[in-house]
Parts: sequence; C-alpha cells; structure tokens
Amino acid sequence: MTQLPKDSTDVSRLLTGIDSARLGRRIFMRYLGATAAAGVALSACHSEVMDSAVPRGAGRAAAIGEVVDLGDLQTNDVAILNYAYALEQLEAAFYVQVMMTPYSGITDAERIILKDIRDHEVGHRELFRTALGGAAIPDLTPDFSTINFSSRDAVLSVAKTYENVGVSAYNGAGKFIKSADYLTLAGKIVSVEARHAAVIAALIDPNSVSFAGMPEVDDTTGLDKVRSFREVLTIVAPFLKQKFNFNAA
Amino acid sequence: MILQNILNDIEKVDGEVFERLEHVSRRNMFQTFMKKAMKGAAAGAPVVFASMLNKAYAGAEDVADVLNFALTLEYLEAEFYNMGLAASNLLPQGSVARTIYTQIAKHENAHVALLINALGGVKPGGAIAKPTFDLTYKGAFANVLTNYDTYLAVSQALEDTGVRAYKGQAPRLIGVPAVLEVALQIHSVEARHAARVRQLRGYKGWITNEDTSNIPGVGAVYKGDNMITQANLNVASIAGIQTDTASEAFDEPLTKEQVLAIATPFVVKFN
Repeated sequence: MTQLPKDSTDVSRLLTGIDSARLGRRIFMRYLGATAAAGVALSACHSEVMDSAVPRGAGRAAAIGEVVDLGDLQTNDVAILNYAYALEQLEAAFYVQVMMTPYSGITDAERIILKDIRDHEVGHRELFRTALGGAAIPDLTPDFSTINFSSRDAVLSVAKTYENVGVSAYNGAGKFIKSADYLTLAGKIVSVEARHAAVIAALIDPNSVSFAGMPEVDDTTGLDKVRSFREVLTIVAPFLKQKFNFNAA
Repeated sequence: MILQNILNDIEKVDGEVFERLEHVSRRNMFQTFMKKAMKGAAAGAPVVFASMLNKAYAGAEDVADVLNFALTLEYLEAEFYNMGLAASNLLPQGSVARTIYTQIAKHENAHVALLINALGGVKPGGAIAKPTFDLTYKGAFANVLTNYDTYLAVSQALEDTGVRAYKGQAPRLIGVPAVLEVALQIHSVEARHAARVRQLRGYKGWITNEDTSNIPGVGAVYKGDNMITQANLNVASIAGIQTDTASEAFDEPLTKEQVLAIATPFVVKFN
C-alpha cells in the first residue's frame, strides 16, 4: 500500500489545485481564530505556534521514507500536538481500511462499534489538522502490509495495540503540556481512546479483565500505563512509511 | 520516592519553590523527610510537605485539595464495589459481571490507598477519612445492592462521573507533573471501567450527546457532554461525521462543583 486508503470522510484529500489552496486558506483562517480564542494560554507560551523549529508540512503528503521532524516534544506544545496528530492519522487510516474491507464474519454489532471508532479517530485527526494549521506535519503514509484485514483476530489485535498505545501516549505526554486548554483537549480525547481500548478488549475476550488488565493497567496500583514519546514512536514505526526526528527522552 | 519526585518536578517549573516555603530551607525539609522516612514514620513527612505546599501555593495549585476531592470519589467507588461484591445474589459467582467488578474493585481500592499515601495518611492536614455513604442515593436507587440492573446503572453513572471529574481537575495540576501524571493514569482507567460497564449493560462504550442510557435521575452526570465544537472546529462539519459521533469522540470535563452536586446525595457525612 503506497497511499493512505481512500477516506470518504476526508474532503481535503479529494481536492486538488485551486480547491486545495482555498481549503488551506480556510483552515489557516480557522487556525487564526483558534489562536485568538486560546488567548492567555498561548500568549503565555510565546515560543509555541510560530516556533521556527517546527516544520511546516501541512497540506501535503509526506514522501515515502521522509524523515518528519516533530521538534522538541518535552518543551513544545505544538510538537506534542503533532505527535498526537501522527498517532491519530495512523489510527484513523487503520479503521478506514477496516471498514472498507471488513473481516470475514463481522457481526452487525462489531460493524457499528468499528464504524463509530473510525469516525471518532477521523474526528481526532481532523481536529489536530485544523488546530495545527500551517504548523502541522504532512500527511503520513501507513504501512499495513503486515496486517491481514480479512482476519478478525488480526484486526482486533492491532486495534487493541493502537488503542492501548494511544492511551499510554497521551498519559505520558500530559505532564509536558504547558497550555491548560491543550491539556484539557488531550484529556477529552484520551478517555475516548481508553473507552475504545476497553471495548475492543471485550470484543476479543468478553469474560476477562483485559478491558483494564495487566500489562496495560497495573493490578497493584490501579494505574494505566505511561509510555514515553520514544517508546510510542518505536511501537508505531513499523506501521508508517515515514520516520520521525524528535527531541525527547 | 514519590515526595522527592514531586519536589523535583515543582522545582523544574518553579525554581523558587524552596524560597516560597515559609521558614523552611531546602536542606531542612529533606532532612526532616529523610529522618522520618528512615525511622519508618514516612506517613508523617508527606503531611508536613502537603501543608507547606499548600501555604506556598495557596489559591493557585492546591494539590491536596485536588487529591482529597479525588479521594472522596474513590472512597465512594471502592465502597460501592466492595459492598456489591459482598452482597448475596447480586453478582453471581462465575459470571462475566463478577469478573469485571472484581477487577474494578481492585483498582478503586488501589486508588484509595494511593491517594491516601500521596496525602501522607489519614489525619488532619492530610487525607480525609472515609465519609459515611448512602449507596441508595437518598432512596433514589433503593434496590442498588439487591437489583442487578440498578447496580450496573449506578456503577456506570459513577464511572462516567469519575472520568469527567478527573478531566476537570487536570489543569489544576499543571505545575506538579508527577501528580498530574498519576491523575491521568487514574482518569483513563476510570474510562476503561465506564466503557466496559456500559457495554455490559448493552449500551455503547462512549457517551452520545447527553444520553443517560435509560438511567433515571442522572441528567447532571451527562450534562454538557454533547459538545461538538472543539478548539473552534465543528467536528460534525467534517464530511461523513454525524453530530452524535462528533459528541462521542470527545469526553467533556465537569467542574468540582458540578461533581460535588452529583456526589453529595451519596454522602451522609464526612468523618
């Protein structure tokens, strides 16, 4: 697979030339609006949005093998938003593919769940795309060549991995976020990812504690796992045709 | 040691933390902690720490207040699950429900222990004692410990409230990364619980608009969860995304006051 799967929910991919440029401007204007509304939080973090260290890749597809620069994940909220955007791009692309080529024996209930999750993830992706505007990383290319989309076990297993990694990624990134608005936004998303994780786990094995069990949730402390930026990016690396450059432990 | 982590984290964002602490030099503080810790009286040190911290950051980042607020909810949840598992004929042995609730109870009890520890033990200036609870919610859920459906319904409301409560408090912990991280780790576990219980009841794992999923009298738990505009983007304006789905994709926070209004009928008295 050399391109993102066709995504019927994503208008921007269907546009070219002048239309695309118009859309870019519109998103940019929204971005300005968002910046103004963010007000105090953003002005308190002067280096955020206009940080020249953050690459401008918005609105184009990344080249295969391109090294995408996320910036300094430990000090820069925009870098963290791009990190989240990268993960949401991968998740959304996965569920779009799942719904385009449903596995054999998919039940109506499973179809409803997976379609819901697809739409949630597309919503997350588009939110970050819009919020980041010109500071967004480019569109990533997933590599799903190792996933057998016709197999229920394979699909749900990957879904479980993605959701758990997503939860632990947001949990790990939270303490580096400077803006209260962005922290709240991440909080609004991470609990939905956790809901996905629990529901997928229960689809795989309903009579078990895997919805909130070891190794993701520690039995002794009752705490969900935290993964560092590096751990998360290492786990998702085989599923993307781009690599990341970033500054973080 | 969690105390040192907290101190170090505060110092990262506020290099003058030690100067802010009245009449206490850094060295004295550590000496006090270490001495007490080594004597096996570790529970005493965090109390001293918490009260100093509160003085230093009064009105700004009141960490102890957030943690005690969270502890109140965790006490309630732990009691709810401990009582439910102890009730006869409520959660049958060998049932999926019992498997699920045994796990959830384990977590809520762990959260209680963790928060009490972080607050330096139950004592004045530290962690609050367990309140006396009325799990029937002043009679609104009179059969909560005898009726399976009622029990699951109240459980869902508690978990969904917990998710929204932690989310609302997170920004208050921005200056204290170690505490924030733990709060986030609890927050997502509550969301896992909520989703599994919702699924067990036959509902979607996520909250659609302000839908109470046929639980009477819990409108406040889901009030305001129908937001579809996030960071100035109307998520429902994305092609293919319905309003319902847009609201599900983002869980909304509740303020402390909103949560207390929801939880108060469970509380007979604070002890």
